[in-house]
Amino acid sequence: MTDDLYQEIILDHSKRPRNCHAMDDANRRAEGYNPLCGDKLKLYVKIEDDMVKDVSFVGSGCAISTASASLMTESLKGKSREEALKLLDKFHELLTTDTPVSQELGKLVVFCGVRDYPARVKCATLAWHTLKSALNSTGEPVVSTE
Amino acid sequence: MSALTSVVSAGFEVEKIREDFPVLKQRIHGKPLVYLDSAATAQKPFAVIDAIRRFHEVDCANIHRGVHELSQRSTAAYEETRSKARRFLNARTKNELIFVRGTTEGINLVASSWGRKNVKEGDEIVISALEHHSNIVPWQMLCEEKGAKLRVIPMNDRGELLLEEYEKLLGPRTRMVAVAHVSNALGTINPVRQIVEMAHRAGALALIDGAQAAPHLKIDVQALDADFYAFSGHKVFGPTGIGILYGKARLLNAMPPYQGGGDMIKNVTFEKTTFNDLPYKFEAGTPNIAGGIGLGAAFDYVTRIGLDSIAAYEHELLVYGTEALSRIPGLRIIGTAREKAAVLSFVIEGIHPHDIGTVLDRQGIAVRTGHHCAQPVMDRFRVPATTRASLAFYNTAAEIDALVAGLGKVKEIFS
Repeated sequence: MTDDLYQEIILDHSKRPRNCHAMDDANRRAEGYNPLCGDKLKLYVKIEDDMVKDVSFVGSGCAISTASASLMTESLKGKSREEALKLLDKFHELLTTDTPVSQELGKLVVFCGVRDYPARVKCATLAWHTLKSALNSTGEPVVSTE
Repeated sequence: MSALTSVVSAGFEVEKIREDFPVLKQRIHGKPLVYLDSAATAQKPFAVIDAIRRFHEVDCANIHRGVHELSQRSTAAYEETRSKARRFLNARTKNELIFVRGTTEGINLVASSWGRKNVKEGDEIVISALEHHSNIVPWQMLCEEKGAKLRVIPMNDRGELLLEEYEKLLGPRTRMVAVAHVSNALGTINPVRQIVEMAHRAGALALIDGAQAAPHLKIDVQALDADFYAFSGHKVFGPTGIGILYGKARLLNAMPPYQGGGDMIKNVTFEKTTFNDLPYKFEAGTPNIAGGIGLGAAFDYVTRIGLDSIAAYEHELLVYGTEALSRIPGLRIIGTAREKAAVLSFVIEGIHPHDIGTVLDRQGIAVRTGHHCAQPVMDRFRVPATTRASLAFYNTAAEIDALVAGLGKVKEIFS
């Protein structure tokens, strides 16, 4: 019934989110807030030589937003800043258009079902919007809302 | 179910009533629609749909200005709703009923017109902890503009206002007390008669936000002695974009107009404009004529069923629903006031309301999830959001059972 949305991997990451902790030595941080849902997210990124060395998050949200943050952190490690922003665009395309699913997205394709639930797109993109703020920041915390 | 049978056998024919609401007869994602979001907007009976259709098909014209037949018919039908609104609220005269877009505009009209004239620096406005944003923000804006202070009546863990704390907030600087009759997020029925009386004793006025009360309770503005009472048409089974603001004639007469334009004037020259009498002084421009006529049909429909019968039936449904939901492990009902109407707001441990809402939707069940435009209420109960099932007289015990089964599916997926 809702299996197209709540796929096994999404449920797994929502119940056991990966990289879900604060990071003391992060040099990029941002906070994301979705006032409609009350979802809050803090993102920690460590950039070295323009590469995402490490990334983690803490926050509270629905299954979609938590799983999205968790899977995002997994797929960002080792990517350059530019690659990370490109992935964000691909992910956004996956959720909001009918274009064929890009294989560059890897595991993130599990969010494909979200495109049939327009009210939930903002849940899946919260972490990514926060990432954009973090990558564009100078290391100071900024607030990002959609 | 046994409690419900007594009301049903007492003549409340819910299955027959459901026939009046075409929207209810559809399937959503292959399942029969279970509409549990009437606190957001109520569904419309044929009577309302037909009245609006008839206006557009047969009587359509602008009101208050034409001498031709259609204009006279439109004017009569529109003004008839004002008379029905008078009876619906038991106001003294129909000049005390102002057509507005909805509760929000009604409150803004008072905050803007009465507030700007009467509230001064250092004055105080009292609201409560369970208000909808529409009864917070207009007062906040007014206070900011005037350098006045907003005071908030606190509530207990059941979602009941603390009247002894309210008493302490009242003082010589209190100008207005603005509270909801029924809370949209919690279902609490406030003791508004007492709240109004206490406000008056302190020399303040009282405005009641009746958005959630009008579909469920019989309202008597004279018995309440409310100075202002606002509600929305779409929550009483009428169309959107139309609502009623009641105000005591003495107060409305002393207030400046809210908006300027046609219909609210008697005479206009470039030097001076003479404003119209009540209620037209507050009704600038061509109004929502079709909406007003639809609202009249809604008043007739609700009155025919009878608010006493509606309140009795919904109470049984609420008791049944409260018991059914309470049996679900990990579920906590938010808002357990002793006097309560038609709202079941709840959280389930470890499962976000939006996930609950999506899974229920796929089973054809429409509920509201989020903060219900009452963020301070969510903060008070330390939850980011709730799931809210809200009831109307067209809902049934079987639909409550469907909700319970739906929540079973939710728990299956997320635990």
